[in-house]
Formats: sequence, C-alpha cells, structure tokens
Amino acid sequence: MDKILRVFRREFAAYFATPLAAVFLTVFLAIIAGMTFFVANFFDRGQADLSAFFMWHPWLFLVLMPAIGMRLWAEERRSGTIELLMTLPVSAWTLVAGKWLAGWVFAGLALILTMPLWATVNFLGTPDNGVIIASYLGSWLMAGAFLAISTCVSALTKNQVLAFIGAVVIGFLFVMAGFDLVLAAMQPWAPAIIIETISSMSFLSHFQRIAGGVLEAPAIIFFVTLIAFALWLNVQILQVRKAA
Amino acid sequence: MVLVETRALVKRFGSFTAVDGITFSVGSGEVVGFLGPNGAGKSTTMRLIAGFLEPTSGSAFIGGHDSQNDPVAARKQLGYLPEGAPLYPDMSVGAFLEFVAGMRGLNRAQTRDRLAEVVESIELEEVWNRRIDALSKGFKRRVGIAQALVHDPDVLILDEPTDGLDPNQKQEVRELIHSIAANKAIIISTHILEEVEAVCTRAIIIARGKMLADATPAELIAKTPDTGPDGKPRSGSLRLEDVFRDITRTKVEA
Repeated sequence: MDKILRVFRREFAAYFATPLAAVFLTVFLAIIAGMTFFVANFFDRGQADLSAFFMWHPWLFLVLMPAIGMRLWAEERRSGTIELLMTLPVSAWTLVAGKWLAGWVFAGLALILTMPLWATVNFLGTPDNGVIIASYLGSWLMAGAFLAISTCVSALTKNQVLAFIGAVVIGFLFVMAGFDLVLAAMQPWAPAIIIETISSMSFLSHFQRIAGGVLEAPAIIFFVTLIAFALWLNVQILQVRKAA
Repeated sequence: MVLVETRALVKRFGSFTAVDGITFSVGSGEVVGFLGPNGAGKSTTMRLIAGFLEPTSGSAFIGGHDSQNDPVAARKQLGYLPEGAPLYPDMSVGAFLEFVAGMRGLNRAQTRDRLAEVVESIELEEVWNRRIDALSKGFKRRVGIAQALVHDPDVLILDEPTDGLDPNQKQEVRELIHSIAANKAIIISTHILEEVEAVCTRAIIIARGKMLADATPAELIAKTPDTGPDGKPRSGSLRLEDVFRDITRTKVEA
C-alpha cells in the first residue's frame, strides 16, 4: 500500500510538472460550463437540479479521460523509464494501481472544481442535494472506468496519440452500447441474450441510473468490476510484453 | 558466494536470436565487464538478469532468487542502471532519488543517510534541487548511477555507466566502482576496453548473442598469439583491444 501511494504521488505530481494540468482543468471547466449553460440552457429550464450538467459527463469523459490516461504507460515506454520502474522491487499491480489512482484523483479534482455550480443551484433554489451527491460519486466512478480503460490501452504502445485514440474508440463502444439506435440495429438478427448483455455494458444507462438519484448496487458493481478488470488486463499486458 | 547466475539464457525476438545460451556466474567481490560490439546482446542479457525481459528459455538468478519466478526478492538485491540511464525529466534530482529509495523499501531515516552518502560520493550536491531535464549528460548519468546505489545492493548491473562522461568523470566512476566492489557482484557493459583493464576482475566477451570468452583481462591478453589474424607479427605491445578484435571477428565469422 505504501508503494502504491509512492507511485501515486509521483504520477500526480507529474501532472502538475507541466502546464498539462492547468490546460486540462481549464478546458474541462470551460466545456462543461458551456454545455450546461448554452447547450442545455441551465437557467431556462427553471429547475433546481444539476441534470443539465451531469448529462454531459459521459461524453466529456469519453475524450478527457483518455487525455489524462494516455501518458501513464506510453510515456514510460517512449522515454525508457519503464525499464527503471519495472525493475524496482514491487509488483506490477502496485505500479498499475498507483498510476490509475493518480489519474482518478486528478479527475476527482476536476469534478471538485465544478462545485461552484452546485453552490449556485443551492443559492437559486432548493435542489435535492442527495441526488447531486449521488451523481457526483457516480460521475467520479464512471471517470475511473474510462481511466482504467485508458491506462490499459496506454500500456500497449509508446505512442501517446495512439493510446488516446484507442481509448476513445473503446470508451465510445461502452457509451454507445446502451443506445436504442445501436440496439435497434441489432434487434433483427442478434439473440436477445446478446442484446441484453451489450446493453448492460452501457456506461450511459448505468450512469443515468445513478444520476437519477440512487446510488444503486448494480451500477456501482458494474463500474467497480470494469475498473478491476481493466487494471487486471493492464497487469497482463505488462507481463506479456516482457516475453515479447 | 555466487550472487548472479545465468543458466543457458536464450532470448529470441521473432526469428532473431539476441541472446543464445549464455551461462555464467558472478561471485561476491567480482567486477565483470561485458564486452562486445554494438548489438551483441549485452543489454538484452542485462535486461534478462534484471527481469525486465522474460527469457525464451533458461533462467537467471540474483542472490539465489529467480528473476522471473521470484522477481521482487531478486530485485531487492539489485541496483540496475538501464541502457541510456533513463530518468523522469520532470522531477528534481532530490525528489527522484527519494522516490527510488522509497520504492526500494528504505524508510525515511535510511533514505536520508544513504542519500547523503551516495550524493557525496557521486558529487550531486550542487544539482540536488535542479530538474533532471535541465541537467548535462554527465550529471544525468551520475543520477542514474546514484539511483542504482541508493539501497546499497549486493548486486549491481550497470549498462554503460561511463557513457557520455568526460575523461575525469569516467575516472571518478571507475574509482567509485572499484571502491564499492569488495562485497558486491558487479556487472558493467562497455565498449571502452581500457575500462575493463582498469576496473574489471573478469571480462566476458559477447558477440551475436554468444559468449566467446570468459577470463581475466590478463589471461585474455596472454592467450592471444603474438601474430594477428593476418599472420603478421603485431607491432608494439599487445593490448586488450587487439584481443577483442581477434575474438569477435574470427570466432563470429567461423
């Protein structure tokens, strides 16, 4: 655990060692504010809730989480520091967990910076703060899942751009999985069990359930399982590349 | 006491055999120089011992621990400088060395004591707070050596430790290696032959993945005939350089 935290601290500090963190946080806040106020018409809705804000999270994370995660392994490979890291007396799990955690806490920081919006809603009306808390936690959990996928893809290449694109594509499949459009296209030929499986993998529907106000178990279990699986896969990728 | 051992180590990348059946052992107090042309398999052999790569067949041991099956125990006893001395450019020298020390299991007090010692012997005080990407090549290499020494390991594997250093710095690193060699097993790779004569107790010559010679530098010189491969007598005194050229050329071509 101590080693995981050491890896975490190094990686987290690395975000702030370059202007990357500042640029990322600015872009994130600008886009989410733009979407909430101008696209979803936050004020015109006349409702004291943050659904106009949370509805964009899956789409925004789809692009922004790969941006956070892409460097985690690809950069180590490109610069050769992976050789240093992987010959330290710690397990691959420790490294994978520490790196993912750094990205996840960074994503959490980005979410915390949106909280003035929450304060605004409370100032203007009386929202259901329970729903908002559940949505924030759900959003953070979903960010963790996007990030776990990104870290995993990052371990496959030394090219950060490829890592980014790969993670966006895979994330897109997970988001789209629940769309009626996709499911309807499959309806005529795919057996019901497959359609059900695919739709149950959807980030969108799981997140919408949480954002609906209840931190319900299946959605939480879904994201946690997916994170654990992606991190496990990440460890396997590192092991396989040793033998390649 | 044997600290490093390899048994019939083979590494293939696709159809290319980078390391082809290398077997040797290194005991405490020995400094072994890996010699060989570029691309001979020196770095790959070192990576296999360090456990960064998995051998196609054969095995490597550090302090009796298999680098693949018992990697954490093996690496605890290892200080490793990878080829090119890769470092995190965005960290300061101090933060980087503290990170490595912590990852190697040193507590706060041990880290402070060991780093004070290492930083003094490698002369890193003046750059302690500087970012690594702002360092000269020589300082970077020294930071790389420092990170391998932090935990005072029994086994040191240094891939071209003096590459990029000026003659004075080269000399200092050699003296450093010499001064810590007594109770360690040290493997260095180099293509500077005078370095082998200066610090190594043994030289292993590798070319195309195969071990061509394993002897003390003096023995290597003694074994080689006074005439070159062309049959002409050698001019001047026979040097390790001639031996190296003979062995890597004739044996590989044969």
